[in-house]
Amino acid sequence: MELEISIAAEKIFQIAQIPITNSLLTTWLVMGFLIFFVVFVSHNFKEVPSRLQALLESVVGGLYSLVAGVAKENTKEFFPLVATFFIYIIALNWSELLPGVGSIGFLESSHGKSFLVPLFRGPTADLNTTLAFALISVFAAQYYGIKKLGVLGYSQRFLNIRGPADFVTGVLELISEISKLISFSFRLFGNLFAGEVLLTVVAFLIPFIAPIPFLGLEIFVGFIQALVFAMLTLVFLNIATESHGGL
Amino acid sequence: MELKEIAMAIAIGFGALGPGIGIGILAGKALEAIGRNPEATNEIRTNMILGIAFAEAIAIYALVVALIIKFV
Repeated sequence: MELEISIAAEKIFQIAQIPITNSLLTTWLVMGFLIFFVVFVSHNFKEVPSRLQALLESVVGGLYSLVAGVAKENTKEFFPLVATFFIYIIALNWSELLPGVGSIGFLESSHGKSFLVPLFRGPTADLNTTLAFALISVFAAQYYGIKKLGVLGYSQRFLNIRGPADFVTGVLELISEISKLISFSFRLFGNLFAGEVLLTVVAFLIPFIAPIPFLGLEIFVGFIQALVFAMLTLVFLNIATESHGGL
Repeated sequence: MELKEIAMAIAIGFGALGPGIGIGILAGKALEAIGRNPEATNEIRTNMILGIAFAEAIAIYALVVALIIKFV
Protein backbone atom coordinates (compact mmCIF):
# COMPACT_ATOMS: atom_id res chain seq x y z
CA MET A 1 0.00 0.00 0.00
CA GLU A 2 1.28 3.43 -0.88
CA LEU A 3 1.53 6.52 1.22
CA GLU A 4 -0.52 9.38 -0.21
CA ILE A 5 -0.50 12.87 1.16
CA SER A 6 -2.30 15.72 -0.50
CA ILE A 7 -1.82 19.37 0.41
CA ALA A 8 -5.28 20.35 -0.79
CA ALA A 9 -8.40 19.01 0.88
CA GLU A 10 -10.31 16.58 -1.30
CA LYS A 11 -13.88 17.17 -2.38
CA ILE A 12 -16.30 14.50 -1.25
CA PHE A 13 -19.64 15.75 -2.53
CA GLN A 14 -21.42 18.77 -3.91
CA ILE A 15 -24.33 20.88 -2.77
CA ALA A 16 -25.68 22.75 -5.78
CA GLN A 17 -22.39 23.68 -7.45
CA ILE A 18 -20.55 24.27 -4.16
CA PRO A 19 -17.91 21.57 -3.56
CA ILE A 20 -17.85 20.25 -0.01
CA THR A 21 -14.39 19.11 1.05
CA ASN A 22 -13.59 16.69 3.84
CA SER A 23 -12.07 19.44 5.98
CA LEU A 24 -15.28 21.47 5.63
CA LEU A 25 -17.30 18.49 6.81
CA THR A 26 -15.04 18.08 9.83
CA THR A 27 -15.35 21.81 10.57
CA TRP A 28 -19.13 21.52 10.65
CA LEU A 29 -18.94 18.52 12.98
CA VAL A 30 -16.57 20.30 15.40
CA MET A 31 -18.77 23.42 15.32
CA GLY A 32 -21.87 21.34 15.99
CA PHE A 33 -20.17 19.56 18.87
CA LEU A 34 -18.97 22.81 20.50
CA ILE A 35 -22.35 24.51 20.18
CA PHE A 36 -24.23 21.45 21.42
CA PHE A 37 -21.86 20.99 24.35
CA VAL A 38 -22.12 24.58 25.53
CA VAL A 39 -25.90 24.73 25.10
CA PHE A 40 -26.26 21.45 26.94
CA VAL A 41 -24.17 22.61 29.91
CA SER A 42 -25.59 26.12 30.09
CA HIS A 43 -29.16 24.86 29.84
CA ASN A 44 -29.54 24.90 33.59
CA PHE A 45 -26.99 26.99 35.39
CA LYS A 46 -26.94 26.48 39.14
CA GLU A 47 -25.61 28.61 41.99
CA VAL A 48 -23.46 25.71 43.11
CA PRO A 49 -22.03 24.60 39.78
CA SER A 50 -21.95 21.07 38.53
CA ARG A 51 -18.60 19.76 37.41
CA LEU A 52 -19.08 20.52 33.70
CA GLN A 53 -20.29 24.00 34.51
CA ALA A 54 -17.27 24.53 36.77
CA LEU A 55 -15.03 23.38 33.96
CA LEU A 56 -16.53 25.84 31.48
CA GLU A 57 -16.38 28.63 34.06
CA SER A 58 -12.72 27.99 34.77
CA VAL A 59 -11.90 28.01 31.04
CA VAL A 60 -13.75 31.28 30.45
CA GLY A 61 -12.36 32.83 33.64
CA GLY A 62 -8.80 31.86 32.81
CA LEU A 63 -9.08 33.26 29.29
CA TYR A 64 -10.64 36.47 30.60
CA SER A 65 -7.78 37.11 33.02
CA LEU A 66 -5.28 36.33 30.24
CA VAL A 67 -6.94 38.87 27.93
CA ALA A 68 -7.30 41.41 30.74
CA GLY A 69 -3.57 41.22 31.39
CA VAL A 70 -2.79 42.50 27.89
CA ALA A 71 -5.75 44.68 26.87
CA LYS A 72 -6.50 46.50 30.07
CA GLU A 73 -9.36 48.82 29.26
CA ASN A 74 -10.53 47.17 26.03
CA THR A 75 -10.91 43.71 27.54
CA LYS A 76 -14.69 43.54 27.18
CA GLU A 77 -14.45 44.29 23.47
CA PHE A 78 -11.57 42.02 22.58
CA PHE A 79 -12.44 39.07 24.78
CA PRO A 80 -15.17 37.42 22.61
CA LEU A 81 -13.05 37.35 19.46
CA VAL A 82 -9.83 36.23 21.14
CA ALA A 83 -11.49 33.57 23.31
CA THR A 84 -13.46 32.24 20.32
CA PHE A 85 -10.26 31.98 18.32
CA PHE A 86 -8.59 30.04 21.12
CA ILE A 87 -11.41 27.59 21.88
CA TYR A 88 -12.40 27.03 18.24
CA ILE A 89 -8.84 26.59 16.96
CA ILE A 90 -7.85 24.24 19.77
CA ALA A 91 -10.96 22.11 19.09
CA LEU A 92 -10.17 22.03 15.35
CA ASN A 93 -6.50 21.20 16.00
CA TRP A 94 -7.29 18.34 18.34
CA SER A 95 -10.01 16.95 16.08
CA GLU A 96 -7.28 15.95 13.63
CA LEU A 97 -5.94 13.47 16.20
CA LEU A 98 -9.20 11.56 16.60
CA PRO A 99 -9.09 7.99 15.29
CA GLY A 100 -10.84 7.84 11.95
CA VAL A 101 -9.88 11.34 10.82
CA GLY A 102 -7.74 10.88 7.75
CA SER A 103 -8.00 7.09 7.74
CA ILE A 104 -11.67 6.29 6.99
CA GLY A 105 -12.85 7.21 3.54
CA PHE A 106 -13.71 6.27 0.01
CA LEU A 107 -11.55 4.27 -2.34
CA GLU A 108 -11.31 6.07 -5.66
CA SER A 109 -9.21 5.27 -8.66
CA SER A 110 -7.55 7.41 -11.25
CA HIS A 111 -4.87 6.56 -13.82
CA GLY A 112 -5.26 2.90 -12.94
CA LYS A 113 -4.18 3.38 -9.31
CA SER A 114 -6.64 3.28 -6.44
CA PHE A 115 -6.20 5.73 -3.62
CA LEU A 116 -8.06 6.67 -0.47
CA VAL A 117 -10.07 9.89 -0.20
CA PRO A 118 -10.58 10.42 3.55
CA LEU A 119 -14.04 11.32 4.75
CA PHE A 120 -12.68 13.53 7.54
CA ARG A 121 -9.54 15.64 7.58
CA GLY A 122 -8.05 18.03 10.11
CA PRO A 123 -9.68 21.38 9.29
CA THR A 124 -6.68 23.51 10.17
CA ALA A 125 -4.48 21.39 7.90
CA ASP A 126 -6.37 23.06 5.05
CA LEU A 127 -5.04 26.44 3.98
CA ASN A 128 -8.57 27.73 3.36
CA THR A 129 -9.52 27.53 7.03
CA THR A 130 -6.37 29.18 8.31
CA LEU A 131 -6.54 31.88 5.65
CA ALA A 132 -10.10 32.63 6.75
CA PHE A 133 -8.95 32.98 10.36
CA ALA A 134 -6.06 35.22 9.32
CA LEU A 135 -8.40 37.47 7.30
CA ILE A 136 -10.79 37.78 10.24
CA SER A 137 -7.92 38.60 12.59
CA VAL A 138 -6.32 41.27 10.39
CA PHE A 139 -9.60 42.91 9.44
CA ALA A 140 -10.77 42.88 13.05
CA ALA A 141 -7.63 44.84 13.93
CA GLN A 142 -8.43 47.43 11.26
CA TYR A 143 -12.06 47.59 12.38
CA TYR A 144 -11.26 48.11 16.07
CA GLY A 145 -8.53 50.59 15.20
CA ILE A 146 -10.91 52.73 13.17
CA LYS A 147 -13.62 52.33 15.76
CA LYS A 148 -11.39 53.50 18.61
CA LEU A 149 -9.32 56.17 16.87
CA GLY A 150 -11.52 57.30 14.00
CA VAL A 151 -10.52 56.99 10.35
CA LEU A 152 -8.17 59.99 10.51
CA GLY A 153 -6.54 58.90 13.75
CA TYR A 154 -6.04 55.37 12.56
CA SER A 155 -4.62 56.29 9.17
CA GLN A 156 -1.95 58.34 10.99
CA ARG A 157 -0.36 55.01 11.68
CA PHE A 158 0.25 54.38 7.99
CA LEU A 159 0.35 57.85 6.51
CA ASN A 160 2.73 59.87 8.64
CA ILE A 161 3.96 63.09 7.00
CA ARG A 162 5.93 64.46 9.92
CA GLY A 163 9.18 63.58 8.21
CA PRO A 164 10.72 61.29 5.59
CA ALA A 165 11.72 58.63 8.12
CA ASP A 166 8.21 58.59 9.55
CA PHE A 167 6.77 58.25 6.06
CA VAL A 168 8.88 55.17 5.36
CA THR A 169 7.82 53.75 8.72
CA GLY A 170 4.21 54.21 7.70
CA VAL A 171 4.71 52.36 4.43
CA LEU A 172 6.51 49.57 6.26
CA GLU A 173 3.58 49.32 8.67
CA LEU A 174 1.25 48.81 5.72
CA ILE A 175 3.45 46.07 4.28
CA SER A 176 3.69 44.49 7.73
CA GLU A 177 -0.12 44.26 7.90
CA ILE A 178 -0.16 42.28 4.66
CA SER A 179 2.63 40.06 5.87
CA LYS A 180 0.62 39.35 9.02
CA LEU A 181 -2.02 37.73 6.81
CA ILE A 182 0.54 35.40 5.29
CA SER A 183 2.31 34.70 8.55
CA PHE A 184 -0.87 33.92 10.52
CA SER A 185 -2.28 31.57 7.91
CA PHE A 186 0.96 29.77 7.13
CA ARG A 187 2.05 29.40 10.75
CA LEU A 188 -1.16 27.57 11.69
CA PHE A 189 -1.37 25.65 8.40
CA GLY A 190 2.30 24.65 8.38
CA ASN A 191 2.32 23.41 11.96
CA LEU A 192 -0.86 21.38 11.59
CA PHE A 193 -0.21 20.02 8.11
CA ALA A 194 3.33 19.01 9.06
CA GLY A 195 1.86 17.27 12.12
CA GLU A 196 -0.56 15.38 9.93
CA VAL A 197 2.21 14.32 7.54
CA LEU A 198 4.40 13.29 10.48
CA LEU A 199 1.66 11.12 12.00
CA THR A 200 0.87 9.56 8.62
CA VAL A 201 4.50 8.72 7.90
CA VAL A 202 5.21 7.32 11.38
CA ALA A 203 2.04 5.22 11.32
CA PHE A 204 3.03 4.03 7.86
CA LEU A 205 6.49 2.95 9.02
CA ILE A 206 5.76 1.51 12.49
CA PRO A 207 2.01 1.19 13.14
CA PHE A 208 2.28 0.07 16.80
CA ILE A 209 3.61 1.92 19.87
CA ALA A 210 5.82 4.33 17.85
CA PRO A 211 3.07 6.89 17.00
CA ILE A 212 2.33 7.47 20.70
CA PRO A 213 5.01 10.11 21.44
CA PHE A 214 4.16 11.85 18.17
CA LEU A 215 0.50 12.00 19.12
CA GLY A 216 1.58 13.55 22.42
CA LEU A 217 3.67 16.09 20.49
CA GLU A 218 0.71 16.90 18.28
CA ILE A 219 -1.58 17.47 21.27
CA PHE A 220 0.98 19.93 22.63
CA VAL A 221 1.49 21.64 19.26
CA GLY A 222 -2.27 21.98 18.76
CA PHE A 223 -2.61 23.72 22.12
CA ILE A 224 0.40 26.00 21.56
CA GLN A 225 -0.68 27.05 18.07
CA ALA A 226 -4.18 27.92 19.26
CA LEU A 227 -2.71 29.91 22.16
CA VAL A 228 -0.23 31.68 19.88
CA PHE A 229 -2.93 32.59 17.34
CA ALA A 230 -5.21 34.01 20.04
CA MET A 231 -2.40 35.87 21.83
CA LEU A 232 -0.99 37.35 18.62
CA THR A 233 -4.46 38.48 17.58
CA LEU A 234 -4.86 40.11 20.99
CA VAL A 235 -1.47 41.83 20.79
CA PHE A 236 -2.14 43.19 17.29
CA LEU A 237 -5.60 44.37 18.31
CA ASN A 238 -3.97 46.18 21.20
CA ILE A 239 -1.34 47.77 18.97
CA ALA A 240 -4.01 48.87 16.49
CA THR A 241 -6.07 50.65 19.14
CA GLU A 242 -3.33 52.48 21.00
CA SER A 243 -3.24 56.16 20.10
CA HIS A 244 -0.20 57.84 18.60
CA GLY A 245 1.02 61.40 19.02
CA GLY A 246 -0.35 64.35 17.07
CA LEU A 247 0.07 64.88 13.34
CA MET B 1 18.55 11.10 -7.27
CA GLU B 2 16.28 13.71 -8.77
CA LEU B 3 16.86 17.41 -8.54
CA LYS B 4 13.42 17.79 -6.98
CA GLU B 5 14.32 15.68 -3.96
CA ILE B 6 17.60 17.50 -3.42
CA ALA B 7 15.73 20.82 -3.66
CA MET B 8 13.23 19.72 -1.07
CA ALA B 9 15.93 18.58 1.34
CA ILE B 10 17.95 21.78 0.94
CA ALA B 11 14.84 23.94 1.41
CA ILE B 12 13.98 22.55 4.80
CA GLY B 13 17.57 21.86 5.83
CA PHE B 14 18.81 25.40 5.47
CA GLY B 15 15.45 26.81 6.45
CA ALA B 16 15.57 25.25 9.88
CA LEU B 17 19.05 26.60 10.63
CA GLY B 18 18.18 30.20 11.43
CA PRO B 19 15.05 29.61 13.50
CA GLY B 20 16.81 26.88 15.48
CA ILE B 21 19.54 29.29 16.53
CA GLY B 22 17.02 32.06 17.10
CA ILE B 23 14.81 30.00 19.36
CA GLY B 24 17.84 28.80 21.30
CA ILE B 25 18.97 32.37 21.96
CA LEU B 26 15.43 33.38 22.92
CA ALA B 27 14.97 30.57 25.40
CA GLY B 28 18.42 31.19 26.84
CA LYS B 29 17.70 34.84 27.49
CA ALA B 30 14.32 33.95 28.97
CA LEU B 31 15.88 31.46 31.35
CA GLU B 32 18.47 34.06 32.32
CA ALA B 33 15.71 36.55 33.04
CA ILE B 34 13.80 34.03 35.13
CA GLY B 35 16.95 33.32 37.09
CA ARG B 36 17.41 36.98 37.86
CA ASN B 37 13.80 37.61 38.75
CA PRO B 38 11.83 34.46 39.59
CA GLU B 39 8.75 36.46 40.54
CA ALA B 40 8.15 37.56 36.95
CA THR B 41 8.20 33.98 35.65
CA ASN B 42 4.64 34.06 34.29
CA GLU B 43 5.10 37.25 32.30
CA ILE B 44 8.46 36.11 30.98
CA ARG B 45 7.00 32.77 29.97
CA THR B 46 4.13 34.36 28.06
CA ASN B 47 6.38 36.73 26.16
CA MET B 48 8.87 33.95 25.46
CA ILE B 49 6.16 31.77 23.91
CA LEU B 50 5.12 34.70 21.73
CA GLY B 51 8.68 35.31 20.57
CA ILE B 52 9.27 31.62 19.89
CA ALA B 53 6.10 31.48 17.78
CA PHE B 54 7.41 34.28 15.56
CA ALA B 55 10.78 32.58 15.14
CA GLU B 56 9.20 29.21 14.46
CA ALA B 57 6.95 30.69 11.79
CA ILE B 58 10.04 31.22 9.60
CA ALA B 59 10.89 27.55 9.89
CA ILE B 60 7.30 26.74 8.97
CA TYR B 61 7.59 28.86 5.82
CA ALA B 62 10.62 26.77 4.80
CA LEU B 63 8.71 23.58 5.57
CA VAL B 64 5.74 24.68 3.45
CA VAL B 65 8.08 25.42 0.54
CA ALA B 66 9.61 21.95 0.91
CA LEU B 67 6.17 20.33 1.00
CA ILE B 68 5.05 22.26 -2.07
CA ILE B 69 8.16 21.18 -3.95
CA LYS B 70 7.45 17.58 -3.08
CA PHE B 71 3.72 17.35 -3.54
CA VAL B 72 2.78 19.94 -6.16
